[in-house]
Amino acid sequence: MIYAGIDIGSRSIELVLVENEKVIETRQTDTGFDPISQAKKVMKGVNFDQIMATGYGRNLFEVAYDNASTVTEIKAHAAGVRLEFPEALAILDIGGQDSKSIRLNDQGRVVKFEMNDRCAAGTGKFLEIMAHNLGFSLDEFGPAALAVQKDLQINSMCTVFAESEVTSLIAKGQDRQEIARGLHLSVVKRAVGMLNRVGAQGPIVFSGGVAQNPCMVQMMADALGKEVLVPDNPQMMGALGAAMIMAKKE
Amino acid sequence: MSEDYAPMWKSLGMDLNAHDALLGVLEQGYRDIYLAQKNRPEGMGYFDFVMSEVHGLRIKELLDEKKQNRKIIGSYCVFVPEEIVLAGGATLVGLCSGADFAVEEVEKYLPRNTCSLIKSSFGFKLGRVCPYLESADMIVGENTCDGKKKAYETFAGMVDNLYVMDLPQVKSSQGRALLKEEFERFKTAVEELTGNKITVEALKEGVKVVNAKRAALHRLAILRKADPAPISGLDALLANQVFFYDNPARFTESVNKICDELEVRIKENQGAFPLKTPRILISGCPMAVPNWKLPWIIETSGAVIVGEESCVGERGSRNLTDDSGQSMDELMEAITDRYFKVDCAIFTPNRDRSDHIVEMAKAYGANGVIHYGLQFCQPYIMESIPVENTLEDLGMPCMRIETDYGMEDVGQLKTRVEAFIEQISD
Repeated sequence: MIYAGIDIGSRSIELVLVENEKVIETRQTDTGFDPISQAKKVMKGVNFDQIMATGYGRNLFEVAYDNASTVTEIKAHAAGVRLEFPEALAILDIGGQDSKSIRLNDQGRVVKFEMNDRCAAGTGKFLEIMAHNLGFSLDEFGPAALAVQKDLQINSMCTVFAESEVTSLIAKGQDRQEIARGLHLSVVKRAVGMLNRVGAQGPIVFSGGVAQNPCMVQMMADALGKEVLVPDNPQMMGALGAAMIMAKKE
Repeated sequence: MSEDYAPMWKSLGMDLNAHDALLGVLEQGYRDIYLAQKNRPEGMGYFDFVMSEVHGLRIKELLDEKKQNRKIIGSYCVFVPEEIVLAGGATLVGLCSGADFAVEEVEKYLPRNTCSLIKSSFGFKLGRVCPYLESADMIVGENTCDGKKKAYETFAGMVDNLYVMDLPQVKSSQGRALLKEEFERFKTAVEELTGNKITVEALKEGVKVVNAKRAALHRLAILRKADPAPISGLDALLANQVFFYDNPARFTESVNKICDELEVRIKENQGAFPLKTPRILISGCPMAVPNWKLPWIIETSGAVIVGEESCVGERGSRNLTDDSGQSMDELMEAITDRYFKVDCAIFTPNRDRSDHIVEMAKAYGANGVIHYGLQFCQPYIMESIPVENTLEDLGMPCMRIETDYGMEDVGQLKTRVEAFIEQISD
């Protein structure tokens, strides 16, 4: 049996196929403006027996696609992460539109989680907008921030207010890499707060697209004073977990 | 229905266009949220009717009462003793505060970071869309939270019949004395309003009527302990909401009729949801009509609500008033005793509330508790953290939600609620 997991996030869609507990294919595309046709595009030409959807588009997908089941991002990330890190007890997931911290028990069950509410503060979208404002590509942003020592303090967590704060720092002639580092630190502080609220124990597994940012990983480890583990493909954790949950359900 | 009642609403000085729009939204919401439910008890038909006539027939009844010289008293809080109102030959009704209305207008009078409930009460007044408020001969405000206290200062300039009741904040003997004095003062105010001297017999009768109403809700609550749950949380919440509007005797009878039906359902192992559906206790801020957002999200995400630790729920209706007193003073003492037990978050410390949440979670077989805090409602949001810690120390999962009457966070809330249900049902 081949099980598929599809994670329809706000920024990207991931598809993972699993057979005999092994990943046999991964695919990714942008979510764009029409998540369902993008999802169908990413599924083109792949064969599977059962599919489970996660991510904010999961319910849309369930309606559009017969015989699909759904699971929340929280449970899906937990299942995906445990496949790669079977001992993990704490997960930080920062995606495009939301961020969450999850505490697991020894069996890998979710015992507590926190999610940002209605705004995009402290998410991938926040970093993306700020990178753009400072003239960095998303790939350059983390390394550029990591390359300097000093971080300028950014007080606003709100994307809109942080934007004007950044504008005024630029106008003062501040170094854009130091501003970038300050922005990273503001996201890190928020994430640490979320992890503390769930009582995270042991090493933290960092998943979601933002885990690809080396500065975020480094600063998280520094702020927590503990190990931060990043899966090989952090963006795939939701889709992988969904596929694994589907496989176990059968 | 707007055709028939338009002259009546007009006579109350209401804004008919705005009111039509409001009723349109209410009707749509009721259809989508209530009528879309499966396996509802037949007895809910009564509440469907009440809701379809909530600004119509019920208002007509109140206006007919007024023609007979009966006074209408409106309130925003469970601390206003209905026993005394009834004893004075008046009728008590809850006033509208469960939906956003005329928000821009409201924000001329209240800071943006005021909770939805307070803003809503202003919105219904400023928009002239609450027939209960417009029918009321006396509006009772009360010094509960700081938001309400200060809001009534402004509200006093918008109506000419506001009466503000002071409330204690500590469960001390001085606190109790204050409540007793305030109830005495309220009794005099009711007598002045109605021109009726409250007698021992009348007060005893008032106690009896209100006790019967509460007892019916207690009976309903107990039946919800069954698995499968015989009634949805949405429907039970509706009964708790209508408690504040309906004719007391008719309400009691209707709830008891539903209870008879639920007893049969339980015997036959029938439920509104399948056996072993994850069970959730809601705790926190009151949900006034038509604030059904969170219960709707919960019950369309695969769980059933088995209890409401809320003013519109068990916190408001818990405990009967001792009716054994033979003198005015004994009865007033008994009324004071009963209301002094209400564990509103304005009290400090408020250990009783936390104990009650634990007790309810156990009694109703809840698998988890969702703490519902209205954004900017400091007392309940403050309490939500120790409540969560207490529950989790006992191994009872708890999730704290902070939201308002807006619908823009439904997607986010649904993800959190679904994840919580996954967490408690695995």
